Amino acid sequence: MKTDYLIIGAGPAGINAVEGIRYFDKRGKITVVTSESIGGYSKPMISYYLAGKAGKEDMFMRPREFYGKHKVQLLLNREVVSLSAPGKKAVLADASAVHFKKLLIASGGRPVVPPVEGVEKIRGGFFTFTTAADAEGLIRYAEKNKVKNAVVLGGGLIGLKCTEGLLGRGIKVSVVELADRVLSNTFDSRASSILERNLKNAGCQVYKKDTVKKAKTDSSGALEKICLKSGKIIPAKLLIAAVGVAPAIGFLKNSGVKTGRGVIVDEYLKTNADGIYAAGDAAECGDFLSGGNSVLAIWPAAARTGRIAGINMTSRRKIKYEGGFIMNSVEIAGVPTISFGLSAAAPPGSEVLEKYVPEKNEYRKIVLSENRIVGAIFVGNIERAGIFSGIIRDRLDVSGFKDKLLNDDFGLLILPEDYRKRKIKTPEISVFN
Amino acid sequence: MKDKKRKKGRRIIIREDYCIGCRICEVYCITQHSQSKDIIKAYKFEEGLPESGIFFEQQGTVSFAIQCRHCEDAPCLYGCPTGALYRDKKTGRVLFDGRKCVGCWMCIMMCPYGVIKADIKNSKVASKCDLCIDGEFPACVEHCPNEAIILVDDRGVKIEKE
Repeated sequence: MKTDYLIIGAGPAGINAVEGIRYFDKRGKITVVTSESIGGYSKPMISYYLAGKAGKEDMFMRPREFYGKHKVQLLLNREVVSLSAPGKKAVLADASAVHFKKLLIASGGRPVVPPVEGVEKIRGGFFTFTTAADAEGLIRYAEKNKVKNAVVLGGGLIGLKCTEGLLGRGIKVSVVELADRVLSNTFDSRASSILERNLKNAGCQVYKKDTVKKAKTDSSGALEKICLKSGKIIPAKLLIAAVGVAPAIGFLKNSGVKTGRGVIVDEYLKTNADGIYAAGDAAECGDFLSGGNSVLAIWPAAARTGRIAGINMTSRRKIKYEGGFIMNSVEIAGVPTISFGLSAAAPPGSEVLEKYVPEKNEYRKIVLSENRIVGAIFVGNIERAGIFSGIIRDRLDVSGFKDKLLNDDFGLLILPEDYRKRKIKTPEISVFN
Repeated sequence: MKDKKRKKGRRIIIREDYCIGCRICEVYCITQHSQSKDIIKAYKFEEGLPESGIFFEQQGTVSFAIQCRHCEDAPCLYGCPTGALYRDKKTGRVLFDGRKCVGCWMCIMMCPYGVIKADIKNSKVASKCDLCIDGEFPACVEHCPNEAIILVDDRGVKIEKE
């Protein structure tokens, strides 16, 4: 098979790449390959689906006619198993080959499965939680076996979103986290403690500085009990491993495409190989705060890198990716939270501004380095938090109004007049969305 | 450019030096997005009035009202994981479909103007300015007594209400 544009992956990067390509190239043949059975759905939606708050149809981030409308050949249930960069050829699991002119690697991430004794014996009740198929499998298993208790290994973003989904189904959850707090990558101990308290109130147990040591099954192989390293034994019919994801780039071995932790790209999201680009969770690209490269597995960065890579693949424009920084918006047990940048541990020499209102469950923290904001946490009250993402991106010197950053009426009027006036004028186009 | 109509997109310009802080813009924004679109009926009888699409700010004697900029390169569109926020191809506006919103607040995280609200009291979904898609002319602009917010076309030329 031959195609002009081959896109591996149908997540946010893959979808945005289709739109980026079609902005400039209406005719070129686009082929999208995904190992999943549906294309164009939104992974963050699976926790809402699990909770019963969203139906299957609600998971689609674009109308169902998306691929048809953009004249895209969508190959479902197909996996790319190897690639030849010089030959411009991808080989699928059924040994068929796709020859391409341009390629986007947007294969996303794969869940990391930690070593747990006895896991290989489990015939039912062990899941990861990153795809719609995972959520469907979980729901089916939970309903069939009338599951009342579950253990989620990993108190990071995926673990907590899964917890939220399970709680929504009336399942009691025990979260087991190796670090001393939940969301340890982005939250400090105070922010985490607010969430932990609310999780407990919602009927959830949180075990910290602990991990799952052993899984015990009954005679049929169904999960029965979880033993923690601390010695605690939790009866549970479900174990969900949510300790993290790693770029799904195994098929690039010997392909000629350079990889590190992810696929290494330049500021135009191009790899070392001619005509081959990478975006999203599979890519190792510009890190706005460090200036180096990193794998930033977050939705907005996947969408934006996908869009820019798509546009650049058409050769009609050459757009630089400005780099991304970590940001998350998570609502857990009714508490909305937003975090940006270096928010968990303040870097050496940095200054920290904090405001904590315990009776309202509200907490705000801002991390400054050389008078620039490099990190922030908002818990409970997230109103206007986005303004901080703009200030971080503009590297605005905040020394003149530092004392007002935590004010309740913080807004654009606190910012310097010339900056503000420039900012609110119609922004110029840099990427087409 | 591909989408000529988008380039003709209307925009609201903020002139903070003219704002007198009366907040009438908010009153009319809520009215325009109410069920009756009638100021007396809406405020007197309607339950669950919408959030206004405007953020009013005041620091000392300076004030201004800001609403969605309908950015050409809109960060919120990269944040929304459901497709609830989308670009209207005909008008270039960034519009919002509340039925698709699950309240993940990614848009609030992304918007550098901080002009998307969480409509907690009504629906647990986001809320933002739609440039009065149902009306001829944005209600906030129409009722601003001092032209602190004005409507312009793509060339920056002021548009008057006919």
